[in-house]
Amino acid sequence: MAAQRKKKKRADATGKKLEQQQKLVPIFIMGQRHLVPDSLTIQKAMEYAGYQLVRGCGCRGGICGACGTVFRLPDSYRVEVGLACQTVVKPNMYLAQIPFFPANKAVYDIEKLSPTGADVSKLYPEIFKCVGCNVCTKSCPMDIDVMEYMARAIRGDVAGVAELSFDCVMCGLCAARCPAELVQYNMAVLCRRLYARHIAPRAQHLAERVREIEKGKYERPLRALKSADIKDLKRLYKEREIEPEMAEEDWTPESNDYL
Amino acid sequence: MPYTPELKKLMKVVEKTRPARVQRKKKGLEFSAIPVDDRQKILKKYHPDFKSGNRRKIRVGPSKGYSISHEVVDLLEAHSRVDPKKIDLSRVAYETDVLVIGGGGAGASAALLAQESGAGVLLATKLRMGDANTMMAEGGIQAATKRGKDSPYYHYLDVIGGGHFSNDPKLVSTLVLEAPKVMGWLEKMGTMFSKFPDGTLKTMHGGGTSRKRMHYAGEITGAEIMRTLRDEVKNRPENIKIIEFSPAVELVLTNKGQCAGAILYNLETEEYFVVHAKATVLATGGSGRLHMQGYMTTNHYGATGDGLILGYRAGVKLRFLHSVQYHPTGAVFPEQAEGLLITEKFRGAGANLVNVDGEQFVYEREPRDVEAAAVIRECSPDRGKGVPTPTGKFGVWLDSPMIELLQGPGTVKREFPGKCILFRRYEIDISKEPMLVHPTLHYQNGGLEIDESCQTSVPGLFVAGEVSGGVHGENRLMGNSLLDVTVFGRIAGENAARYSRAKSPRGKPTLEHVIRYNRELEKAGVKTDRIAPMLLPDYSNPEVRKRQLTTQYQGTLR
Repeated sequence: MAAQRKKKKRADATGKKLEQQQKLVPIFIMGQRHLVPDSLTIQKAMEYAGYQLVRGCGCRGGICGACGTVFRLPDSYRVEVGLACQTVVKPNMYLAQIPFFPANKAVYDIEKLSPTGADVSKLYPEIFKCVGCNVCTKSCPMDIDVMEYMARAIRGDVAGVAELSFDCVMCGLCAARCPAELVQYNMAVLCRRLYARHIAPRAQHLAERVREIEKGKYERPLRALKSADIKDLKRLYKEREIEPEMAEEDWTPESNDYL
Repeated sequence: MPYTPELKKLMKVVEKTRPARVQRKKKGLEFSAIPVDDRQKILKKYHPDFKSGNRRKIRVGPSKGYSISHEVVDLLEAHSRVDPKKIDLSRVAYETDVLVIGGGGAGASAALLAQESGAGVLLATKLRMGDANTMMAEGGIQAATKRGKDSPYYHYLDVIGGGHFSNDPKLVSTLVLEAPKVMGWLEKMGTMFSKFPDGTLKTMHGGGTSRKRMHYAGEITGAEIMRTLRDEVKNRPENIKIIEFSPAVELVLTNKGQCAGAILYNLETEEYFVVHAKATVLATGGSGRLHMQGYMTTNHYGATGDGLILGYRAGVKLRFLHSVQYHPTGAVFPEQAEGLLITEKFRGAGANLVNVDGEQFVYEREPRDVEAAAVIRECSPDRGKGVPTPTGKFGVWLDSPMIELLQGPGTVKREFPGKCILFRRYEIDISKEPMLVHPTLHYQNGGLEIDESCQTSVPGLFVAGEVSGGVHGENRLMGNSLLDVTVFGRIAGENAARYSRAKSPRGKPTLEHVIRYNRELEKAGVKTDRIAPMLLPDYSNPEVRKRQLTTQYQGTLR
């Protein structure tokens, strides 16, 4: 108890110090000046300034890609980009929201495509217009080498695009900044799907398991569980064998029952 | 911001005990798990669900008398956003076979299956298509696909044991039997699951699993599933029409009690639109943004429990809503990342949870509620072993650098690239420094009552995903929500399409149920100006509000 109290006191002290340190800085939201605490992200700074966000706000955790935005720092001519929920404000930052970007998305039947450069470029013929300026890579908040995957797409290396673009949050900042008007992120999702559907080997164990289920193999054991009373269920639950954490893929349980 | 000097000093303690903990892990020695019969004890003492005074009884509606959290009751005991008498139901903006409300994992799956079953689909969503908790799920998706060591039988036992044997058996059975089929469906659609070179799916443990059954796509399983589903929904523009930024604010029923569609609200033009549908799927997700008991949340901006309100007013009962899931490990440092989900996969890959003295205090794969309760106990005055943060909160260390020592240098960066990038923005290298975590509001275990075909007590109304209740009982296991949304989303879509073809006579559209509900509120003595559904949380600045002299707020919206 005493130790906890001591720690609590310490935390309060540091907390207070932080509050004192928390200073207000000026930012310009769509040209208007607002004073906001310097620890806030662009998203929270806009709310602090009185905006109620409808567009340009999603998971608030840097994964959904809803809040890609543009800003400029003082003493610089450069327009920079980032996710509003992840970028912390800087004094005299000029910022805005990009509510929507009218990017092109090809419509296709994944079953009828082949994982080739020919099929990708039929759907997105403009990829050959890439000028290699690297703005897409510089714009990417996920640090993806976008220009390199575009180069792979042009070479027809679908698997390469899938691998390199895997962390894409589809915020669209690459497309918004591209001077050749390419839609990198929509082409990349096509390549990932082509790779997973047509190049990566199918999971045999999965197909076999689905067949077993369709043949009704587990219907009887599950019926028994559904009608079991809590006492029996608890016993079965406690008795179940646990696969060890560090076990290899080929681990098998001692009991083959109900497999 | 990087760790403060105070925290860096405390971190030294973790570094000191790390080698011994790594050795133990290598030998397969685990911290002993809390016995099944003792779980209730720790939950009752430390889990937020059991905190006294956190619930009250609902005074109106089909589950009148049911005691759940104040934040949800406040919304259930609230008025409609619209005056039912002002809506002209004969002015129909959209006619469709199937209306899907919600653009997350369940809504997308429902739309695809309804379309494949021959129905024309209208999908209405509050934010963008795909903006949902599904997108944020990191860990994985459970399915018993490994022959020779696992089967739906063991999956069933894990689910029902994790839910403290309270789950709806029929829903659990459907979940575990459909799981491998859903995996096959996702694989065929081109979802990039992590695989071995021969195509075997990689799997790992999650809290409460007896077999390694959690499939994953890197550390962004939910995002990979959602971006694939979204892409596929958008590939069918002829038959699936998407309306974004248009949440449903009320269901429309008929004078015969069937569901006949919904009233949508365009968040930008502020107009209300009437949708007539032969069948409706409610897939609006969860409610973490209600911030129960003031907890921070891992949830999406739109997770305000709208579907609960709509379904309840239409007459559907609630169940298991008394239990809320707190994810054991949400970030508490730095402040900008507060509430952010730190996936269970870190623990699955070998990271210990340790207290301020560098001691391990809990087995890392307890079911989520038990694990969360153990962390809260550690930070409580009873133990007093929490790590103090600069904002006056407490957390415990999640010792991610252990993973590097167990599985080789570079593993953290390879397996958790997203989290590495995120923490690098704060100048924290999680392959060398542990993360500071605390339980965070994560999941709505309960919701609207459904049967295994996703039907509700209202004919023509189907419900799927987090807004429904029963399959997880009082506690969901990791990896079963991505499964829930896809399994039951598909079922709801298929059955809604079938229902839309049925030639049963339909009644005349009405909002009589809303009028009745208002009357019931009045009779129960509920005097309030609260408005529901909430639609969006309110994070506006109270100082700014004071100056908005001519602004009217209806609930949280201007």
